[in-house]
Amino acid sequence: MSTTYLEAIREGLWEEMERDPNVFCIGEDIGEYGGAFKVTAGFLEHFGARRVVDTPISEAAIAGASIGAGLMGLRPVAEMQFADFISCGFDQIVNFAAKCRYRWNAPVPIVIRSPSGGGIHGGPFHSQNPEMWFVRTPGLKVVCPATAYDAKGLIKSAIRDNDPVLFFEHKALYRKIKEDLPTEDYTVPIGKAKVVREGTDLSIITYGAMVWTALEAAETLAAEGVSVEVVDLRTLVPLDRDTVCESVRKTSKVLLLHEDTRTGGMAGELAATITETVFEYLDGPIVRVTAPDTPVPFSSTLEEAFLPNAEKVIEKARWLYRY
Amino acid sequence: MSAVHAAGAELDRSVAAAGTPEAALAHKCLYYMQLMREVEDRIERKLYRQGKVLGGVYVGRGQEAISVGSGLVAIPEDVLFPSHRDMAIFFIRGISSRRVLAQYMGRVGGLTRGRDGNMHMGDMDAKVVSIISALAATVPVAAGAALAMRYQGSNGVAFSYFGDGSTSRGDWHEGVNFASVQKLPVVFICNNNQYAYSTPLNLQMACANVADRGPAYNMPAEIVDGNDVLAVYAATERAVAHARSGKGPYLLECKTFRMTGHSAHDMAHYVPKGLFEEWGKLDPIVRIQQRMLEENWATQAEIDQVHAAVTAEVDDAVAWAEASPFPDPSTLLEDVYESQ
Repeated sequence: MSTTYLEAIREGLWEEMERDPNVFCIGEDIGEYGGAFKVTAGFLEHFGARRVVDTPISEAAIAGASIGAGLMGLRPVAEMQFADFISCGFDQIVNFAAKCRYRWNAPVPIVIRSPSGGGIHGGPFHSQNPEMWFVRTPGLKVVCPATAYDAKGLIKSAIRDNDPVLFFEHKALYRKIKEDLPTEDYTVPIGKAKVVREGTDLSIITYGAMVWTALEAAETLAAEGVSVEVVDLRTLVPLDRDTVCESVRKTSKVLLLHEDTRTGGMAGELAATITETVFEYLDGPIVRVTAPDTPVPFSSTLEEAFLPNAEKVIEKARWLYRY
Repeated sequence: MSAVHAAGAELDRSVAAAGTPEAALAHKCLYYMQLMREVEDRIERKLYRQGKVLGGVYVGRGQEAISVGSGLVAIPEDVLFPSHRDMAIFFIRGISSRRVLAQYMGRVGGLTRGRDGNMHMGDMDAKVVSIISALAATVPVAAGAALAMRYQGSNGVAFSYFGDGSTSRGDWHEGVNFASVQKLPVVFICNNNQYAYSTPLNLQMACANVADRGPAYNMPAEIVDGNDVLAVYAATERAVAHARSGKGPYLLECKTFRMTGHSAHDMAHYVPKGLFEEWGKLDPIVRIQQRMLEENWATQAEIDQVHAAVTAEVDDAVAWAEASPFPDPSTLLEDVYESQ
């Protein structure tokens, strides 16, 4: 039976709660209502209110209480109703959780799940991709799965990890993709990228929902005789620089793709890494396809123009291929 | 936790010699208040001026009764979240003055091994959680620790300390509200020293007392003389009994006065001079000493002996801290994550 991306996260969380009595969920509307997206539907009935903690509308308290519980040896999994609201708990995450181990040797084994991303007509406050706020905070790990298999394997790894993990779930993928998952327990390691399509002419490095955009573009380009390799980062921190550079060595041309806005996005860090490490392998400029530096707009025509899509990728890839 | 309450041979001697439990408690209070005063005086008035302590220095001079009177109520299961003016909590939890001084001097012997300074330190083995600079941030964290203790079936209580200024912060209200809704075992302890940096109370809040914030959370709140260590102790016992019995959080507002500027560089010109004089007469150490003499809990000679013992302990601690090395720059990248 195939499993959606959402069900994969839900299964991963459920199985970890069954496996480890120290794991519990905390967040807004996650109990009886089952969460805004229903990731925790049925959890309250099965695990009880002790392990499924409904909170007031208090992102700082959700993050802070998770930190306190983590310091005490529990493994809280906090849900931000939308990734956009994580800014309300920002100080707790970037100043408290991120720095405890470094400052005073106190591990904070927490997971903060955040539904992120656009394409659902959510407008400026229900569509953002705030991963870079955390990528550049040492002490945090940042995970952005693209597939159901990875979402389940990575949520399990995140829960078992002894450092704070930001887990971004792309909400446009929740019910859109389905896969057959293994029945046995498995994890996907944090910090390992994956080559999801092999190619020889050009590499597209991406993550999250844009993996599917890259694959769609690669399919069209293949029909034109362009062999595209697609690398899914899966984790932004720690960044798997080796897999990225290995792909560049192989194809010598690289297109960096993300749904997040352009300036200070992951592509900038990747471009610097590539030029520092494998500059002599490059046969063309490093190309970026990203959202522009604007808020995420609401109206369909504007949002469509804002989001990267296969067409935009194909256009840039053709140019790079011919370069 | 054998180290708890065990610091200092003089403390053990004077407590053992005390005739009654009240006298023994008073001796403990005097010892820890005097130790905190002496360590902070050395830091602020000597080591800082000698350039041996870099960065900010924030002391709790005149406020020692709050951390001592409340901290002595804690049992080993309890988790404490001291603010930057509650140094005695560390001593009460068995952390030596040596390590605290090394912390201030940026040495590897400090609790953060030179990764952070001053009161930014903690030790989960002693169940003391470090502050961060945005002080009210510990309030929801304390609520989370309390949630964890209930989850784990422990009877522990979280002691959450903060100043008057912190109660203006959003995460203070979020943490207190969450603790109240969940009926968590937290005692919220306010050091109301009437100034947050240079901002006086009337620019900090529209209510007269921090305790006035309690009813909004359906939380009992009590105002205590924060310069009377035995009053703080008694009030903390009431608060902790309430929290430990599952009735939810309790707010203690300890009224006191900051007898310094915000930090060592701040001359506090904005504080009316008369206030220092007025509150100087209410010094908590002088008051407990007077009480001990009046109640025949100690002789003047015994009180002098506590001071001499504390001075000797701090002499040793300063020497130990100065002998502790600075961190090796080759360790710069360590401990950001469990494995690099």
